[in-house]
Amino acid sequence: MIKRKLLNVLVGMTLAATAGSAFAQNAKVSDGVVKIGVLTDMASLYADVSGKGAVEAVKMAVEDFGGKVLGMPIEVVSADHQNKADIASSKSREWFDTQKVDMITDNVASSTALAAVKVAGEKKKIAIVNGAASSRISNEDCTPYSVHYTYDTVALANGTGKAVVKDGGDSWFFLTADYAFGHSLEKDVTEVVKAGGGKVVGGVKHPLNASDFSSFLLQAQSSGAKIIGLANAGGDTINSIKAANEFGILKSGSQQLAGLLIFISDIHALGLEATQGLYATTGFYWDMNDDTRKWSEKFFKRTGKMPTMVQAGDYSSTMHYLKAVEAAGTDDSDAVMKKMREMPVNDFFAKGGKIREDGRMVHDMYLVQVKKPSESKKPWDYYKVKATIPGNEAYRSLANSTCPLIKK
Amino acid sequence: MTTIFGVPIQAMMSQLLIGLVNGSFYAMLSLGLAVIFGLLNIINFTHGALYMMGAVGAWMGLTYLGMNYWVALLVMPIVIGIIGMIIERTMLQWLYKLDHLYGLLLTFGLALIFEGLFQNAYGVSGLPYSAPAALSGATNLGFMFLPNYRAWVVAVSLVVCFATWFVIERTKLGAYLRAGTENPRLVQAFGINVPLMVTLTYGFGVALAAFAGVLAAPITQVSPLMGSNLIIVVFAVVVIGGMGSILGAIITGLALGLIEGLTKVFYPEASTVAVFVIMAIVLILRPAGLFGKEK
Repeated sequence: MIKRKLLNVLVGMTLAATAGSAFAQNAKVSDGVVKIGVLTDMASLYADVSGKGAVEAVKMAVEDFGGKVLGMPIEVVSADHQNKADIASSKSREWFDTQKVDMITDNVASSTALAAVKVAGEKKKIAIVNGAASSRISNEDCTPYSVHYTYDTVALANGTGKAVVKDGGDSWFFLTADYAFGHSLEKDVTEVVKAGGGKVVGGVKHPLNASDFSSFLLQAQSSGAKIIGLANAGGDTINSIKAANEFGILKSGSQQLAGLLIFISDIHALGLEATQGLYATTGFYWDMNDDTRKWSEKFFKRTGKMPTMVQAGDYSSTMHYLKAVEAAGTDDSDAVMKKMREMPVNDFFAKGGKIREDGRMVHDMYLVQVKKPSESKKPWDYYKVKATIPGNEAYRSLANSTCPLIKK
Repeated sequence: MTTIFGVPIQAMMSQLLIGLVNGSFYAMLSLGLAVIFGLLNIINFTHGALYMMGAVGAWMGLTYLGMNYWVALLVMPIVIGIIGMIIERTMLQWLYKLDHLYGLLLTFGLALIFEGLFQNAYGVSGLPYSAPAALSGATNLGFMFLPNYRAWVVAVSLVVCFATWFVIERTKLGAYLRAGTENPRLVQAFGINVPLMVTLTYGFGVALAAFAGVLAAPITQVSPLMGSNLIIVVFAVVVIGGMGSILGAIITGLALGLIEGLTKVFYPEASTVAVFVIMAIVLILRPAGLFGKEK
C-alpha cells in the first residue's frame, strides 16, 4: 500500500516536471505551434508559377527541417487569394488574429502581396514575399516585418532590360499589365532604358488576364519601336507571345519581344519553337549545379513539374525562417527578424544571400536565354545561363532606397 | 495620313478587323446560349466549360491520338455534343418545370467540376496548339498584316451563325422546334417527339461551343480557365441582344467585338469593362435587350 502511494507521488512529480517544462516552452513559442500560412493563387493565371507547387515547397522545407522547431510542431496552412487584394488582406487578418499563424509566405501577385504585407506590419507578424515582383515591397511600402526574397522588378530591369539595351534595343514600347506589378516593372525598366541612352516611344496598359493581345500588339507594331517590352506575367505573357508569333512580328526582324518576367512554366506552356532566343532574368534555374538539380528533382517527384524560381524561393525562405526561429529560441517576430537579417542565406537557392534593413534579400540573379529546340537535350532543358548578375548590381542600392526605415 | 480622333485610318481599320475576329467568337458562343435559352429556357452556365473542353479536347486528340486540326474541328463538336445530350437526359430534363435558377445552379456547378478536373490534370499555364499548315502565314492587306487563320475564323463563324439562324427561323424543322417550346403538349399531339427534339437542340447548342473552342485553340492560350474568362462577357452579349433572340445574339456578338476593339485603341484600361457598361445602358433603356420581345 505504501509502495503504491510512493509510486503515485513519483508519477505525479514526474508529470508536474514535464508539464513545467512544457509551459516554459510555451512562453517562447506562442500558442505552442509555429504556423506558416501560404497565401497564393490556386486557380488563376499565377497558379502554375506558385499555387499548389508553392504549398508543396513549403511543406518540403518543414519536413526537411524535421517537422518541429524548439520542440513545438510546425504547421502549414494555405489559402487562395484569387489575386484580389481584399481577399488577401482579410485572409491574412483572420490568420493572424484567430488561426495562430506566425508567418505568411509566397504572396504571389503584387497587389495582393502589398495588402498582406500591410496587414502583417500592423499585426507585427512576418510576411515573406516570394511570388510578387513590385519593388514597392522593399521601398515605399516596406515594413520592419516584411522580407522580399526571390526577385523584384528592379532586378528584372537590371537583368533583361540592360541586356536588351546593350544588344542595340534602344527604342521601347511597353505592354503593361494594369496593376501594381506592371506599373512598377514599366517604371524600373524605363529607368534602365533611359540610363542606357534609349527611349520609350509609347505603351499600352492592358487589363489583368486580358484574353486577346492582337490589338495591343498591332499598336506596338505601328509605333515602330525596336523592342516590345512585355511588362506582364503568366498567362498574359503567354498570350502576348502567342499573338506576336501569329502576326509575324518576330519574323519581320525589325521588332523584337522582351519578356520582362518569364517563368519556366511559361516556356513549358509555349514550347521552345515559339520562345527560342528570348532573354529572361531569373533568381533560380533548376539545371545550374548539383545542388539545384538535387533539390529540383525531389520537387519534380512530388509535383511532376520543375520548380519555378518562386517555388524554390518558397522552400529556401521557409528554411531560413525556421533556422532563425531556432537560433532566436522563440517565434517572437522582432527576435526572428533580427536573426533572419543576421544569418546569411547559404543553400541551393542562394549563396551568401543577405536580408537588408528594408527587407530586400540580396542574392545573385541570372540572365538566361531560351534554347533553340535543337539545343534542348532533355525535358525542361530550356535555358542557357548567359551571365550572373551579382546581387549588389541586380537590386536597388540602399542609398537609393525609398524605404522609410532606412536612416540616411 | 488621314486620321480619326488622332488615330491613323489604317491602324483603325486593322483594329476593327481584329475586333471582328473576337466578335465572331462572341457571336458563336452567344448563339449557342441563345438557342438553348430560347428553346429550353435553361441558362447554360456550362457553356464556357464546354468551349474549353472543345479546345483542350483538340489538344488531347492531337497529343494522344495524332488527330489533326481538321478532324478535331469535326469530331470534337460531336463528342462534346454527345456529352451535352447525356447531361440533358440525366440531369437537366428534371429541371424544366422549376425556376430558371435551378438550371443555372446545376450548370454552374457542372462548369466548376469540369474546370477543376482539367485544371488538376493540366495546370493553368496552357497547352501548345498551333494552326494547321494550310492556314498558317499571313496576308498583307495593305493596311495590315492579317494572319490567314483569323480570316478563316471570321469566315467560318459567319457561315455557321447564319446557317443556324436560317434553320431555326426559316425551315420546317425550325418551326417544329419553336412550336415545341411554345406548347409542347399540342405539338406532341401531332406526333412529334418533343423530348428528343429538346435533347438534340441542347446537344447542338453545346456542339457550337465546342466548335468555337477548337477554332480558338490555335490563337488563345488553351487552358482550363479559357472558358470562365469568356463566359461572363458572352452572357452580357446575350443579355444585350435580348435573351433567346438568335439574330440578336449574332449581331450583338459581332458589334461588341468591334466596340471592344475600339476601346483597346482609345482607352485600353477599360477594354474589359466596355461590354458591361453597354449592358447597363441597354438594360436601362430597353430591359428586354436590343432584339428581345417584352413578354
